[in-house]
This record gives sequence, structure tokens and C-alpha cells, in this order.
Amino acid sequence: MSAAVEVNHLSKRFRIYHERNQSLKVALMRGRRAKFDEFWALKDVDFEVPTGKTFGLVGHNGSGKSTLLKTMARILVPDRGGVEVHGKVSALLELGAGFHPELSGRDNVYLNGSILGLSRKEIDRRFDDIVGFAGLDEFIDTPVKNYSSGMYVRLGFSVAINVDPEILLIDEVLAVGDEEFQRKCMDKFHEFKEDGRTIVVVSHAMGTMRTLCDQVAWLSHGELQRIGGPNDVVDGYVEDAQTSARAQDDEQAYSREVSIEKAEVFGPSGPASPATTGQAATIRLHYAAKSPVVDPVFKIGIHTVEGDYVTGPSSRVAGMDVDRTGTRGRVDIEVPRLDLLPGGYILSSAVYSADMKKAYHRPLPVRFDVAAGRSRETLGLMTLNGDWVHVTEGVAPPVLGR
Amino acid sequence: MGVLTDVKEVLGARELLLNLTRRELRGKYKGTALGWGWSLVNPLASTLIFTAVFSVVLRVQPPIGVDGLNNYALFLLCGLLTWNFFSGALSSGMGVLTGNGNLIKKTYFPRRLLVVSNIMALFVTYLIEMLVLAVIFLVFRVNVLPWIPLVLVVMLLTAVLALGFSLILSVVNVYFRDVAHFVAIALQIWFYATPIIYPITMVEATRDSAGWAGRFHIADIYLANPMVGLIEAIRDMWYSGTMPDFRLLGYVAALSIVLLWFGNYVFGRLEVRLGEEL
Repeated sequence: MSAAVEVNHLSKRFRIYHERNQSLKVALMRGRRAKFDEFWALKDVDFEVPTGKTFGLVGHNGSGKSTLLKTMARILVPDRGGVEVHGKVSALLELGAGFHPELSGRDNVYLNGSILGLSRKEIDRRFDDIVGFAGLDEFIDTPVKNYSSGMYVRLGFSVAINVDPEILLIDEVLAVGDEEFQRKCMDKFHEFKEDGRTIVVVSHAMGTMRTLCDQVAWLSHGELQRIGGPNDVVDGYVEDAQTSARAQDDEQAYSREVSIEKAEVFGPSGPASPATTGQAATIRLHYAAKSPVVDPVFKIGIHTVEGDYVTGPSSRVAGMDVDRTGTRGRVDIEVPRLDLLPGGYILSSAVYSADMKKAYHRPLPVRFDVAAGRSRETLGLMTLNGDWVHVTEGVAPPVLGR
Repeated sequence: MGVLTDVKEVLGARELLLNLTRRELRGKYKGTALGWGWSLVNPLASTLIFTAVFSVVLRVQPPIGVDGLNNYALFLLCGLLTWNFFSGALSSGMGVLTGNGNLIKKTYFPRRLLVVSNIMALFVTYLIEMLVLAVIFLVFRVNVLPWIPLVLVVMLLTAVLALGFSLILSVVNVYFRDVAHFVAIALQIWFYATPIIYPITMVEATRDSAGWAGRFHIADIYLANPMVGLIEAIRDMWYSGTMPDFRLLGYVAALSIVLLWFGNYVFGRLEVRLGEEL
């Protein structure tokens, strides 16, 4: 399989100016421009995007994913290495970039289309599709300055998507417009995929990344961290995101009158046994206290690896008073039947002072997995564990043709 | 690399070039009551002002033109329209990259197109103004029609000169924003250093008084200003009905082409970081 985009040992450096005054006077006095620090936004990134695949880029803000996308779009020029793109590219970095507010929607379609590399004839041919897709038939001769932001974005998207690119670069624009328009966009993406076109997408919507992408690359601080199947890479990224988000403020931020040394989740056969859907489970917090503390409040939170908040009970709400801690001890949350669906989850925990105003300690969240029990459900977050019953009422008509 | 690939790139995107030019032209007078009329009202207003000040009050004598023509307004317009195009091209060309920052940061196309389309849009206005001036000459019974091909060549030469300057100024302005202020002052000086409101003979006449340091005369360096050659050429043909000074025009042409090449080089060197500097 050939590559649509080859990223060859790509490095990109930015300059960060300490004082952003681009004044000739200062430059002449110093003999050069303002002082700046160098910052490598991309460091020796090397991979290929296979033709016809949908390729996702994930990473924290500032990890370099947008820089990478802009380099593929030729907006930024690499400092080392290079990017080779095989095919006609359309980049959706900002929808409606290049619209002239005073001009009508029609004029802007032609202008924007030619920026994206279409000839007048080609735009003529696609014009009705573009306007139809954006749903702007009535307003197409109105100056775009009178458009709502939704209309503006829809028209921008519609032009970009109708350019017929072989390679589509998308930055975080999947979430535009109302629900109906979003569905239209998704349909269009799937149509693109089926046509065998290549899509490179940057997004924070992890669910979309999992379902849309064939391959995902995870960038961290400008370096390629991992590349592979969407579920593996997204799992790794999300887990890392949840732990590292809290990693910095940890040590000094808490007074640690009580600290949680370990948090674990296990199934009915005791510690280290897997938690299983539909079976009993225990969530156990091991704590240590410098000296006994009166009336602390323990709290946990469970998130999916995608970041959806599932539940957040606390000892206070549950009506359990700790009274007085020992120097060591544990708090168990006995779950009679675990109704979480199989999959990866993140357990966070915390211990607060009696008035809940002070967090004594909040350890790093831990990941746990829920194994599939007998339940075969896969949709949503939890199972209702309901028994399905069917009751007929009235007289059933005779079944014909038996 | 190389000028040829740059030219090819610009020509390859001529569809976009035309669209950008159209955008400039359409956007310019959108929402004004007079619309395109403004492009004629402006030179008319400055003609009235300059004629009132320099012809009526200061009594600048225009030279006697073809068939005894003696009209300050016609004399002035021969230079003013070309100057307005040139100075307009420089001052708007300077802001063409900073003003389209969003476009540059979010889309890719040959960046030169922005500079070229700006000049093209102004050139269209310039062309219309010159046509109107030709009609006025005809009304004054001066037959300027035979000169039109040669005048067009001079006008194009002016555009080449303006393009060379614009390429440099537009990209340098991204890195040093105070170039804009500097250029505004330079253009003022340049206006008076060009025979627009006064005849070039008045400069030659300064030789009669003592030069600086005994020998040096302002008239010696005066012709180095390429705008002198361009404006004098148009004036020679339309106002005086004589052939232009081809030696001077040759110098201007050579200078314009060297400047265009240099401007293109500077632009090429500095454009690579436009996406991050803007």
C-alpha cells in the first residue's frame, strides 16, 4: 500500500519572542531583532499515512498536532526533514477562512473555491451541491457579514468538502453546526472513506476518533509517542491524560494529614480478582494518617477512559462517619452488584477535612478494567440488569400461514 | 527555486489571482453610495485642490504643450494619476500580508498572489482614470490616441516598479511593523521629489543658483528617481505631443526589472515563516 502522506524526520521550530515589539528602532539598537527562545514544536516525527485510510492525531494542547497538520497543508515550512504529500489536498483548518465579509455568499464560494484550487468551471459544476449542502439557497446572494456564525461555518465546510480532494486535512472542525448538519458532515466523511480517500483528522473527541479512524498517532511534546490501531492508542493517550493532568500539583498541594496510599477495585474472590459486570465488587482505599484525624470525608469518582463522568459517591453522602482514623486503615465500598459495562475505567479518590473545605490528599487516578460477566450488553455505560418479560393482553389473533 | 518557477506558480494560479483581484475591486467600494464613482471623485478633488493652490495662488506656470496647450489641470493629471497608482500600490501593498493574516495562517496558496492581485486591482482603477483623462484631452482637442500603446507600456512599467517595491515592503512589514510609518513619510518626500505639481524645467533652473558645496546640484541626482522618467514620459506624449526620453525610460525599465528580481528574492526568503510570524 502506498503512502498518501510521508512525514520524514520532520522537525519544526518556533520562535518565542519575549517582547513582541517588532520595531525597527529596537532592532537597530541591538543589531538584530527582539530576543527569542527557540521551541521545537515537532521533534523528528516520522511516519506515513497510508492511502485511503482515515488517520487520527491525538495529543494535549501544544503537543504539536496542529503544527503537524499545518505542515502537511504547506502553511508552515519544516526546519528539518520534510513532508511529502501525494495527491490533491484540501485543508479544513478554519471554516470560512478567506471569506470577504462584504461579498455575497456566491462570490465567496468562488473565491474560497479557487483558494482551494478549483477552476471557475469546476466551481460552476459543484455550485448547487455546495449551496444545497450548506442549506443556504435563500441567502446565497446576501453578503456573508450578515450570516449567522452557523451559516458562515456551514458554507465554509460545504466549499471545502466539495473540492473533491484526494487528501482531506481536518482540524477540530467536526463539532460545527447543529445536530442535523453534524450528521450530514459525518455522512460525508463516511462517503469519503468509502471512496478510498485519505483523511487526516485532529480532534479531542475521543469517541469520534475511535469510530472514524483506521489508525491513530499520539503526539506528546512534539514527539511521536505511539502509533497504531485507534483503540490502543486512544486508550493509552486518555489514561496518560488523566494521570499527568494531576501529576504536577500533587506533592506540595496537599497537607496529607490523611493520605490515600492505594486505591483498588476487585471482584468477589477478593483482592486481585477481576471486577466483573453483574457480580459483587469492592472498591478499597488504603489510607495512612500522621496522627489520628477526626471525621474525614472519603470520596471517589469513576470516569470512563473517554473521560465521561460515571459516578462520584462520598462517605458523607452515603451516611458513613469515619469518626476518628487510625494511623493506618482502609475504607471499603461494597458494591452488591457492579452494573458497569465491561471496559476500561478510571478511579480517582480523595480525602477531605470534615467541613469538605480542605483536601488532605488526592492521589493519582488509577485505571481498572471491568470484565464481561454473563451480560452481553455493550451499549452505553451500565446495565440495568433487568429481566425482560413479555405479557400479552387481549385475544391474540390466529397466526396465519402456519 | 528561481524566478521562473515563481512566475510559473503565479501563472498556474491565475484563476485565484483573478478572484483575489475581483475581491479587492468589489470589496473596495461596497457599501458606499457612490461606489465606483469614488475612484474618479478622488483624483478630481485633488486636482481641484492642487490647481487652486499651485496654479491660482502660487502661480506655477505649466509649460506650453502641444498646439499651444496651457492648462495646469491637464498638466497635473498627467503626473498625478500615475503617482496615485504608484503610491497607492506601495501603501496598500505593504499591508497586504498583515491584513490577510487569517488567510495565510489557515490556507495555502502562493503568497505572491496577494501582492500581485493588489497591484492588479489598483491597475484597473488606474486604467479607467487614464482612459477618462484621454477623453478629457480629446475634449480639449488634443489627439492623444496615437500615443496610447506607448503610454500603456509606460503604465505597465510603473506597475512592475510598484510590484518590486510591494514584494519587499509587504514581507518586511510583517517582521518590522514600523516600516509602514516610515514608508508613509518616504512617500510624502517622494511626491515632492517627482515633477507632479511643478514642471521639471523648474528643477533644471536651480542650476543657476549656487549648488551645495559649490558643485553639487540637486538636478544631478533628480533623474535617478524612476518616477521622474515615468511621469515625464506620459507628459511628453500626451501634454507636449513629443516622443519620450527613451534613454531615461531604458534606465527606469532596467531598474524596475532588477528591483522586481530582488523583491522576488527577498519575498522568497522571508515568506517561509509567514504562517507563524503573522
